[in-house]
Amino acid sequence: MLENGRSHISVRNLSVSYGKLEVLKNVTVDVPDRQITAIIGPSGCGKTTLLNCFNRLIDLKEGVKVSGSVLVDGADIYNDTSVDPTEIRKKMGLLFQKPFPLPMSIYDNIVYGPRLHGSYSRRDLDQMVEKQLKTVGLWEEVKDRLGSPAVRLSAGQQQRLCLARGLAVEPEAILADEPTSALDPVSTQHIERTFNELKKNYTIVLVTHILRQARRVADYIIFIYMGELIEHGPAEAVLNNPREKRTQAYMKGEIS
Amino acid sequence: MAFNRRRTEENIFKVLMIAATATVISTLFVVFIVVLYRGLPALTWAMVTELPRGGYYLGGGGGILNAIVGSLYLALGGTLIALVLALPVALFLQRDYIRNFKLSRAIRLSLDVLWGVPSIVYGVFGFIIMLYLGMRASLLGGIIVLSLLELPIMIRAMDEVIRMVPAELKEISYAMGATRLETVTRVVCRQAFPGIISAMLLAFGRGIGDAASVLFTAGYTDSLPQSLFDPVASLPLAVFFQIGTPFPLVQERAYASAVILLLIVLTLSLVSRFLTNKYNKYIVR
Ligand SMILES: Nc1ncnc2c1ncn2[C@@H]1O[C@H](COP(=O)(O)OP(=O)(O)OP(=O)(O)O)[C@@H](O)[C@H]1O
Ligand SMILES: [Mg+2]
Repeated sequence: MLENGRSHISVRNLSVSYGKLEVLKNVTVDVPDRQITAIIGPSGCGKTTLLNCFNRLIDLKEGVKVSGSVLVDGADIYNDTSVDPTEIRKKMGLLFQKPFPLPMSIYDNIVYGPRLHGSYSRRDLDQMVEKQLKTVGLWEEVKDRLGSPAVRLSAGQQQRLCLARGLAVEPEAILADEPTSALDPVSTQHIERTFNELKKNYTIVLVTHILRQARRVADYIIFIYMGELIEHGPAEAVLNNPREKRTQAYMKGEIS
Repeated sequence: MAFNRRRTEENIFKVLMIAATATVISTLFVVFIVVLYRGLPALTWAMVTELPRGGYYLGGGGGILNAIVGSLYLALGGTLIALVLALPVALFLQRDYIRNFKLSRAIRLSLDVLWGVPSIVYGVFGFIIMLYLGMRASLLGGIIVLSLLELPIMIRAMDEVIRMVPAELKEISYAMGATRLETVTRVVCRQAFPGIISAMLLAFGRGIGDAASVLFTAGYTDSLPQSLFDPVASLPLAVFFQIGTPFPLVQERAYASAVILLLIVLTLSLVSRFLTNKYNKYIVR
């Protein structure tokens, strides 16, 4: 389906409803491998829902019904019974809108994921912490207080810690749900720059409703409106020459 | 005019709230002061280190070591058993396990009903069961009945703090590939740790201060228990028996026993405060 490059996550006829409310309607789209894909659309259109389908976090929501399929690396994560949700989630690092450190030290936050999936020597863990904190540009700021509570960091630092924590699990993709909306401009820039670095090795899916952010970082755009996939394609094409009327209207700020 | 009415309302309610707060706090202080004033003079070293000697309840020598040790055994044992059962139940009540909202609501409601059951009912219930089994009043019987009394309190208190754990915190853990058990033990219990300790303390306080539930089930004796099957004394009953004598000296000792009971609970509060303070700084708000 993609003109160039491999598809990492393939969504096929995906519909999601909460009780009677149909939130995603028959969505079919591909997320390209090792690029930044931005999911844009007005509030309540189903962006978070779509993102949560990629790692089956949607399973945790109450009264939710999912039909259709999502393929990650070709494996159908909903209909293939041999797929273990915890394995899928391990492949997808998730970043929330609001930074949520775990109730433990900076160090323990980073090693939380790795410790779930294997046992490591103290040296390995130390190296892991240093590596991930350097990736997100937090090492210099916190290297002397790795044992102090993660909640004492500033919001921007916390979000970078959350990213490092996700990376420590060595996922294949990063799912970020409006990760900068609670941050100041400098921290936002930091995160965006890190994403640009990371896309060499990771597929990144970024939910955002800041069009300028999509312009700055996205390679690929998925535009959703009221649960329907309206338009998708390479970023320049969608952002500069949207084909659909509703995309045009959204870009002009006529629908929000 | 309207503005004035609202200001007056504001002031009246402020005064009411201050008055209510002051009443509560001063009542507590009065209770404390009376108990200390009457009890401290009688609180001798012998009181806390010796068993009652012959004629103790007539004003003779000795102390209430039997009741202190007995109460500690009873309350610690009861709290320990309650903890072993309460924590899994409180964790199980989470939406992660019970998806059916009506079921968890029904469980919570029945726990609240149990919380309200007077302790004498537990005592009598325990007594009947023990008669049926041919057991006599014993440390074990008292511990079991106390754990029954403490269970609903502990579960509901833990449940309230566990429910406060942000859903996002759990989602983060799941999103990293954690199982429910891993999420619950490594994230939920950590986040709720101070509350879990408070819940234990609340239940312990209820258990150590209760007289009615141990009256028939643990009995009373002037000696220390040698096994789980011996009867055992307790501080609330020691207070009760001593205050009921016609001798002022023995009555004074009842107050002293109450002071000991207060000190035990106070010490435990301080220890738990110390414990939770160490963890509080990690809590995500
Ligand atoms: N747990 C839930 N139960 C019921 N309805 C829900 C639930 N979560 C989301 N919804 C509904 O699903 C629809 C899509 O929600 P979603 O969170 O995916 O939107 P969104 O595009 O992420 O919005 P925003 O930009 O505001 O974050 C909304 O109408 C919302 O009310
Ligand atoms: Mg959202």
